[in-house]
Amino acid sequence: MTVPTNPERNAIARAARDPFSRRKFLVLTGGTGAAGAFLAACGDDDDEGDTSASSTTEDMDTGGDPLAQFGEGDVGILNYALTLEYLEAGFYAAVAESGLFKGADLELVKTIGGHEQEHVDALLATLKDLGEEPAPEPEAEFPLDDAETVLMTAAEVENLGAAAYLGQAAAIENPDILAAALSIHSVEARHAALLNTLIGEDPTPDGAFAVPADAQTVLDGVQPFLKA
Amino acid sequence: MTNKTQAAPELENIEFEAIDRSSFLMKGILAAGATYGAFAAGPMLRKAFAQDGGSEGDIEILNFALTLEYLETAFYEEAGKQAKLSSDVAALAKQFGEQEAEHVAGLTQAIEDLGGKPVEAPAVDFGDAFSSEDTFLQTGITFEDLGVSAYNGAGPMISSKDLLATAGAIVQIEARHAAAVRNAAGEPAAPDAFDPTMTVDEVTKAVTPFLAK
Repeated sequence: MTVPTNPERNAIARAARDPFSRRKFLVLTGGTGAAGAFLAACGDDDDEGDTSASSTTEDMDTGGDPLAQFGEGDVGILNYALTLEYLEAGFYAAVAESGLFKGADLELVKTIGGHEQEHVDALLATLKDLGEEPAPEPEAEFPLDDAETVLMTAAEVENLGAAAYLGQAAAIENPDILAAALSIHSVEARHAALLNTLIGEDPTPDGAFAVPADAQTVLDGVQPFLKA
Repeated sequence: MTNKTQAAPELENIEFEAIDRSSFLMKGILAAGATYGAFAAGPMLRKAFAQDGGSEGDIEILNFALTLEYLETAFYEEAGKQAKLSSDVAALAKQFGEQEAEHVAGLTQAIEDLGGKPVEAPAVDFGDAFSSEDTFLQTGITFEDLGVSAYNGAGPMISSKDLLATAGAIVQIEARHAAAVRNAAGEPAAPDAFDPTMTVDEVTKAVTPFLAK
């Protein structure tokens, strides 16, 4: 019995039939600056058996804390997450308008983008509940040259997003905010695994334990998308 | 797909609830008695749901997670022996099974580091999960989605920041597995913008069909 595939998923379904070709991914990423920056940012994979996910809590008190620009404590983390979600939602909206995807592929783009928009809305509502000022939507620009580049960028952004949430989990103080962040974190991970599969990359590139990314790494990773 | 309910009829009865510490607390306490039977967990489980369960509470949560990881590991191991899978799906099953085994080893170590006693692997019964690739994938979806919801539900109850980070590193992999298995089955990798949270009670109910009587 073969893997049941949705016959409407044209290009993406074809790409999905070759799920574990790391080589293909690396060849393709060699040509894109943004993806290259991502690989540079996330290239220091830990050993697969490493369970000691690094905590960012100690870093919070240092003077060079890149989260400080977003606010203090949980508010800073929420605004940092909001900024990332704005980037993701904006990216998928631009992709949907680009005309690069059609039919079921376009539907998938819209579905994932819809999730990111829901994350934006939830984070905005949480900040409002707390009486805090939400971070502004960043001005961004994404490479929309062709469908393959877009999928690579999407995978890059989702993997970074998942690592970003994981990097903050232990620093969140409010248990309700932590619960919400966890339920978003695993959805970013689902997106990342799907997109990795679609571009021929391993859905679990870190092995059995996901590697977190601290705020500086994440912000450096999205820098290529931000308008100066 | 219809096979999902065949593979795990208990799942139909599960109510995904909003993130609510107080209801989680209540349900956990109410369910504690029933939970012991399935998970052989100790009386400290109640503490795990209190504001600060301390290391004893963390041990109970880790043992709860360990049982789930044992089940997942056994599921993929048995699939490798019993199910007729296409090469792509067989590769997924092998890779994911090895990663679940790493989770078992990591959790076992963490429990021992806390001075706790790791639970033993439960006796399993996967029914007709391996009768076809489709039943394998559907049951795999059940397990991986369940793992995500279980870790996400337990996360805020973990006292130790280091253990929370470790649980996060594991749940991200469960979510990635869930997405990949769903994709292989032709189902949406991320069915919703927020993954549902499940209580210990709900998780227990859902895995009971897979525990040997």
